[in-house]
Amino acid sequence: MSEPKLAKREVFSSRNVFILAAIGSAVGLGNIWRFPYVAYTNGGGAFLIPYLVALLSAGIPLLFFDYTLGHRYRSAPPLAMRRAGKQWSEIFGWWQVLVCFVIGVYYAAILAWAAMYFFFSFTEAWGDDPAGFLMGDFLQVAETPGIAFDFVPAVAIPMLVAWALVIAVISLGVKRGISRANVVMIPLLLVMFLVLVIQAVTLPGAADGLNAFFTPDWAALGDTAVWAAAYGQIFFSLSVGFGIMITYSSYLRRRTNLAGSGLVVGFANSGFELLAGIGVFATLGFLMQATGSSMEDVAAGGIGLAFIAFPSIVSSTSWGPLLGALFFGSLVFAGFTSMISIVEVVVAAIQDKLGLGRLTSTLVVGLPMALISMLLLPTTTGLYFLDITDEFINKFGILAGAFAMVVVVAWILRKLPLLQRHVDRVSSVQFGKVWLVLVGVIVPVVLGYILVNEVITKIQTPYGGYPLDVLGIFGWGMSGLVVVVAIVLAFTPWRKSTITEVDEDALDAKYEEIMAK
Amino acid sequence: MTATAIIMMGTAMVTLWGGLGAAITHLARTPEVIVDEDDD
Repeated sequence: MSEPKLAKREVFSSRNVFILAAIGSAVGLGNIWRFPYVAYTNGGGAFLIPYLVALLSAGIPLLFFDYTLGHRYRSAPPLAMRRAGKQWSEIFGWWQVLVCFVIGVYYAAILAWAAMYFFFSFTEAWGDDPAGFLMGDFLQVAETPGIAFDFVPAVAIPMLVAWALVIAVISLGVKRGISRANVVMIPLLLVMFLVLVIQAVTLPGAADGLNAFFTPDWAALGDTAVWAAAYGQIFFSLSVGFGIMITYSSYLRRRTNLAGSGLVVGFANSGFELLAGIGVFATLGFLMQATGSSMEDVAAGGIGLAFIAFPSIVSSTSWGPLLGALFFGSLVFAGFTSMISIVEVVVAAIQDKLGLGRLTSTLVVGLPMALISMLLLPTTTGLYFLDITDEFINKFGILAGAFAMVVVVAWILRKLPLLQRHVDRVSSVQFGKVWLVLVGVIVPVVLGYILVNEVITKIQTPYGGYPLDVLGIFGWGMSGLVVVVAIVLAFTPWRKSTITEVDEDALDAKYEEIMAK
Repeated sequence: MTATAIIMMGTAMVTLWGGLGAAITHLARTPEVIVDEDDD
């Protein structure tokens, strides 16, 4: 058996920097454009109850699960899963890495759109038809889904800039790149969004919007779909289950208060979602009043909210350009810090596997990702690719991958008690056996339920009405390919110098010694 | 806004932002201890 000394590894300079980076990863586009709409359509104010239950019973426990795997085994997901188990269990680490690879490829496009809309806000470039402008003038979306290589320079150029910046930040490493980017951007994001919300709640009609958002529909609590939506929102918004938190926590010092830090990250993420809900629905209330529409007409989520509804709001008020700049600027900052974390997972995994330096591994990963991204996204069919890939990778990549990893660690490798002792040993808050039940039983049951529902829905109704061949390639095919490649990578040998097996007792003793200092 | 909506908004704020405040306060009371780690 090997010594417990695992490897020399970069570390975050302090706990607070790690917390900012973790918040930067968790707070992303989903907090701003997904949560408000999900809450509104799933019981409004009553949604708070399943949302809180989901946060405490699955979100935060799963966050600790990721933290503990990364922290104990000090490596990106593949090596962490190898050290926690055997060669086959590495598959589940690579699965998460490949999910990040796919998401990174299309995420750059959304970042580019948000950046362009930041500038469009000053001229209200969409005129009086934001939907027509988005699909026609800006994205030049082709009439039929497929793959075309008709490039759209207005998307390609900002995407290229986004990739250059992401690669530059990651190549600088954990301390000089990732930490600094988050330390600057997260406080800025918070300030910008606070100003936006203060502006929003003073708009005429804001109270009506907030009324629609917070009025509870108590009957919704009896609907299992609402509870599934709450668990789904918490799961997707916390950045758990796809390797990011495992990777970031692998850069923590051994003596780090994992649970204490995790509680701050979990509540900061949900706190920001609430702020976003208030800001978005206050402005939608204004739009409702300005256009004489009902909330059902103006409420939207995702791309529809950001790039169609919000531009309409910007055009409807005299201080619209400032409102637009704050909104799209917030999207850019939230998206950029999340994208750094997504690409970092792949870089860290390759760095572990090949033993390359930081700059080399960043280029080995970043350049091919950027190339694929630049070939598929800034084209007239890019929106179709993004829509299908995003839907399938979320459901059959993140969700299925997380479900599989939890089941493997809890029920096949039976490592949960060991991980529970680890997180309790280094933390100021101990959850003991309760955590075992939540991660070992509640999380797989809930994730499994959502997953089975998704599979049934997708089989019964082709997603988005797309042709089956297109869904077969970019949806089902891509989801399956991710698993196949994960298996191949898992059975690719490690360098001889890489420690793939650890003596858990010796590792426990080492942590005891460090905690006693 | 209706009274029910105001109550729900207040409850959400107290729970989530209060939870964040409590988590930050708790963490601040357990200062970070940096010790020598032979492989860092």
